[in-house]
Amino acid sequence: MIRLTDLHVTFNRGSAMEKKALRGITLDIKEGDFVCVIGGNGAGKSTLLNALCGDIFPERGSVSIDEIDVTSLPSWQRAPYVARVFQDPMAGTCANLTIEENMALAIGRGDKRSLKLALNKSHRETFRFQLSRLKLGLENRLSDPIGLLSGGQRQGVSLIMAVLKPMKILVLDEHTAALDPRTAAFILELSREIVRENNLTTLMVTHSMHQAIELGNRTLMLHEGRVVFDVKGKEREGLTVPDLLELFHKASGMELDDDSLLLS
Amino acid sequence: MNLIQFMFAVELGLLFGLVALGVLLSFRILDFPDLTVDGSFPLGAGVSAILIVSGFNPWFATFCAILAGMTAGFTTAWISVRWNILHLLASILTMTALYSINLRIMGRSNIGLLGENTIFSPIEALPHSDLYIMPATMFVITGLALLLVYRFLSSEKGLAMRATGSNIRMAKAQGVSVNRQILLGLSISNGLVALAGSLYAQSQGFADITLGQGIILFGLASVIVGEAFFNPKRILAALIACVVGSIFYRLAVAMALNASFLGLETQDLQLITAVIVGIAMITPRLRAKILDFKASRSKP
Repeated sequence: MIRLTDLHVTFNRGSAMEKKALRGITLDIKEGDFVCVIGGNGAGKSTLLNALCGDIFPERGSVSIDEIDVTSLPSWQRAPYVARVFQDPMAGTCANLTIEENMALAIGRGDKRSLKLALNKSHRETFRFQLSRLKLGLENRLSDPIGLLSGGQRQGVSLIMAVLKPMKILVLDEHTAALDPRTAAFILELSREIVRENNLTTLMVTHSMHQAIELGNRTLMLHEGRVVFDVKGKEREGLTVPDLLELFHKASGMELDDDSLLLS
Repeated sequence: MNLIQFMFAVELGLLFGLVALGVLLSFRILDFPDLTVDGSFPLGAGVSAILIVSGFNPWFATFCAILAGMTAGFTTAWISVRWNILHLLASILTMTALYSINLRIMGRSNIGLLGENTIFSPIEALPHSDLYIMPATMFVITGLALLLVYRFLSSEKGLAMRATGSNIRMAKAQGVSVNRQILLGLSISNGLVALAGSLYAQSQGFADITLGQGIILFGLASVIVGEAFFNPKRILAALIACVVGSIFYRLAVAMALNASFLGLETQDLQLITAVIVGIAMITPRLRAKILDFKASRSKP
């Protein structure tokens, strides 16, 4: 279980630019939960995610994974528990390493790295098999530098890489936002399949209200660093975008004015 | 250029191929511009020279030289990652300090090794020793170093190091301790350069405090010339390219020095190096410009 307790994060503290990004977020994610986090620009989605992954340290509050307190661990020490797909397709892979080398890095996520050869026959078989589900023919291009692939292809490989090794939580950071609509739909469907097959605990940040109610079993909305609503189970069934807007209005007493949220 | 000069250029090219490998590791693979090598080359030369004239086994002296170089590289990396100092500045600090340290170690600015027992003595004593024997020896040494570096970079650790230089965010997300990779990488890099310094002192018969001048540029020249010629995509190709680049560079220097109409002399070496590196860096851009120009003209 992932437990975030009373997280507070402030940027540029004490200056005129001071911004309270998180103002006390408490969140329990149960094993097998697929949580969609939605919110406008500056709502604190990315900050929440970075605090969970260890890129940002909260000034107050704690993060624990399976009862292990990881609040003070940097991202590389959280890697055994957290697998992550970035928004930027270029961020999740190393352009000048080959596809198989990138995957070899991911299959050892969080492990101690030895002087053994990073690639072997059984690895390659695993990689080929996993890549074949992308249906892009990448299983035959294992030794091509990954920089030769398109953004969509790279994002597909990133997603496959994230689940090569067991994790406590899969973090999807608006991972379809930078893709064209067709590729985005494909990657989203694949994410859904992979999460279902492996029954992964997942936290997905998204800009799209549709995605936030279609995927997963729990929807969380952030606004100005706070959770405005958190719906799951029966309450969430049959929920529509207008319902979400209504929920937001009721909870915060405000109308949503972020066009990007409404349009996507 | 006669055969003797040619073979000597090849020998030097192979020897400085070790420097090229070291520079490739820091500049290209770790993306850490490291000037420490200007200090670790004479450090390797000085440490092995003083130990050899003091009567120590030359293999032991060579080993100590490598260790000294690794320490120098580690220091630069530590200053940079521990205290968050800009990589270039950290390496300038170490490089500057090394000048004094080298003088302390050597006790004087020049140590002659002629007539001393070096690791090359058995080879020079061979009955059929000729002008091919030293280049061949260097070929074996540098080739071995190249294979070791390649094997390392193909390992799990090596891959983590390459990820660190290529995409630090991704490396961290995969659980790579990027600081450790930089510490290790710079240690190996400067160990290789110090080995080159040690071999230089032993094969040329002296160690001098000024040996380090321009070493970083020699290494960079090799890497860039290699890339300009071979445009390597794979890691093994990149390793081979920089060693071959080093040989090409030495041959280019030898040719420039030999072209009597240019009137160049040995003291012009640094100028020649700068010009060669300059040309090698400008050529790819120029080529792209010319292609752009052609493409724009061929449009209707």
